[in-house]
Amino acid sequence: MSDPHAVTREINRSHMQVSDEVAIQITNMNKWYGAFHVLRDINVTVNRGERIVICGPSGSGKSTLIRCINRLEEHQQGKIIVDGIELTNDLKNIDKVRSEVGMVFQHFNLFPHLTILENCTLAPIWVRKVPKKEAEATAMHFLEKVKIPEQALKYPGQLSGGQQQRVAIARSLCMKPRIMLFDEPTSALDPEMIKEVLDTMIELAEEGMTMLCVTHEMGFAQAVANRVIFMDQGQIVEQNEPKEFFNNPQSDRTKLFLSQILGH
Amino acid sequence: MSDLHAHSARYVRDSMLPPEAPPALESGAIKWLRENLFSGLLNSILTVLGLLTIAYLLKLALPWFLHGVWNANSLGECRQVIAANWGEGAHGACWAMIRERWNQFLFGFYPSSEYWRPILALLLLFLALAPVLFDEMSKKLMGAVAVVGVLVLWLSAYNGQWLPVGILVIIAGVTAFVGSRGRHWPQNLMWFSLVFPALAFWLLWGGTIWLPVMVMAGFIVGGIALRIATPMIGLMPALAFAVLAAFFWWYFAAGPATDALAAMSGRNQPFWLRRVNSDEFGGFVLAFTIGLSGIAISLPMGIVLALGRQSDMLLVKALCVGFIEFIRGVPLITLLFTASLLLNYFLPPGTNFDIILRVIIMVTLFSAAYIAEVIRGGLAALPRGQYEAADALGLDYWKAQRLIVMPQALKISIPGIVSSFIGLFKDTTLVVFVALLDPLKGITDAVRASIQWKGIYWEPYIFVGAIFFIICFSMSRYSMFLENKLKREHR
Repeated sequence: MSDPHAVTREINRSHMQVSDEVAIQITNMNKWYGAFHVLRDINVTVNRGERIVICGPSGSGKSTLIRCINRLEEHQQGKIIVDGIELTNDLKNIDKVRSEVGMVFQHFNLFPHLTILENCTLAPIWVRKVPKKEAEATAMHFLEKVKIPEQALKYPGQLSGGQQQRVAIARSLCMKPRIMLFDEPTSALDPEMIKEVLDTMIELAEEGMTMLCVTHEMGFAQAVANRVIFMDQGQIVEQNEPKEFFNNPQSDRTKLFLSQILGH
Repeated sequence: MSDLHAHSARYVRDSMLPPEAPPALESGAIKWLRENLFSGLLNSILTVLGLLTIAYLLKLALPWFLHGVWNANSLGECRQVIAANWGEGAHGACWAMIRERWNQFLFGFYPSSEYWRPILALLLLFLALAPVLFDEMSKKLMGAVAVVGVLVLWLSAYNGQWLPVGILVIIAGVTAFVGSRGRHWPQNLMWFSLVFPALAFWLLWGGTIWLPVMVMAGFIVGGIALRIATPMIGLMPALAFAVLAAFFWWYFAAGPATDALAAMSGRNQPFWLRRVNSDEFGGFVLAFTIGLSGIAISLPMGIVLALGRQSDMLLVKALCVGFIEFIRGVPLITLLFTASLLLNYFLPPGTNFDIILRVIIMVTLFSAAYIAEVIRGGLAALPRGQYEAADALGLDYWKAQRLIVMPQALKISIPGIVSSFIGLFKDTTLVVFVALLDPLKGITDAVRASIQWKGIYWEPYIFVGAIFFIICFSMSRYSMFLENKLKREHR
């Protein structure tokens, strides 16, 4: 297996514990775009502390699935319960879930008209009503964690892609979320920047964060994930712990996908 | 590599050759001429032709400008002076007309004893604009303030009315004091920007001071209602309650309160100013009143319309689209005629709805429709990811609009918005069709109707055009300043 971003360092697993408490429960969820059936009968339960990697060919619905979890996309059938709150059309519930669930996007989506620090303090100040001073202290703490405190007063356009993605992670963390969603966080990055972002994500996992991550970084999946979900054509085809998943895939589609993604 | 020096390497150059000047043909003015004016045969011919055209036009127009006469009492006198100085048949401008009548171009038929009021309003306008337009003091802003000061001084001295000068001195003192104490100079004057509309209304139209005060009090009533109700019933219902409270105040309480207070204070200074009717307004006082009110109200209205047009709520969307398309589909003059003629048929008999107010409403609606479309363009240019990121952080619709979407969309729309403003300001000359004395035609016709200046043609239009140009060009420069500033900040 020749993975350019294979994780070589030792992972500290002391805090990586999966509890019995359910963080996200998705039952019989279906979603359509118009007449197109994007997600079919999705059933997933995520316990607190789990680190789940979702993979699959493009168009398989993996991004749509995690975007349903904070209702950037609406589902038409079934139930999604996040942190005990069911996602319905109730806007209050949606905003509550969104402030508890952090999300990192493929294209960072930083706010270009605000400085890095302002990007990080905006939501805590306006949603959580944290005093400005305190929000700034928190923001600096997380910026230090993602190792770019010195960029705090710059604008996003002045940073490299990898730095921007780390800011995006810090921005989510400033809301003190209990769950983090990653939607292909490294797909828009140059190869040399992927590692810095993955390192940040690994550190997050080491602290016991519940994570759902859509990614093609199989090295990351092997090192950090406790479960890998493989999706194709809107269905969950197979899910297993990483070792079993990579070494002993069950379905033909999984085998085909793995051979394509790993066998350069 | 670092230890490679003269001792270890066989030869290292230690004195550098001085840089040579680039060849004469490739530098300075000659290069610029070659590249920009004479880069090929065709371009050379075009350059020569262009220069000849300019020279020809100058030859025609320049003598007319240079022969201009400033001291005369009538057009006939002007012509005599020109004939005497430059020979029979010479052409020349008769600027004496402007010298004689420029007060009319600026103030229309505003009573001359009250000229200090529009002057003061103009002066205060700049003070009110400073916190809106600039967020920090700069040398240029200081220069602009100085220019305005000199202008006011001169206007006042010319009319022998010194009250604005006194107030100018007080304001200059206060600003100098405030400016020396904190670096937030223009910003901490924001309260004045909010009070200014009422103050300007009172200065321009006169009457009792209590009317604008009571109207302003409506906003305070609304604000208090909002503050009390928000913790009890939540923001949106509280907002509706506040609007209702302010409305009730204006409809029921403001009138009697004004009358009572006015009866108490009577016609004593400083509570009373001589009333000036709308038909006495004219010239640039009128253009400024209509133009600036229109600009100030149409921007927020345009934002609301643009958001409404994007709304998911069908009724809101349909109303906004209908309004925008209707307004953009009819000429402004139609709306002005509606304001001056048709509206009277629909209003209950006996109501006298001020004509300038009616015109301001129509001009505002007209401009708001265009601005809404300009802002919609800005909204469309924002990537979806910005909305998603705002959503994902848990910001609600209004916070996302205010903090994330609008700052970016408005920045993109600045050139379009300012174009609309410039258009609006120039369109104020159309009020001549509803019998208001705009500077371009209304006043010019009035001047030309007099026996002294009958037959004068170019001069008034050039004068009015020049003032319009200065104002519109300033707006355009401000827009570029703002764009550059934001570009520098956001990169």
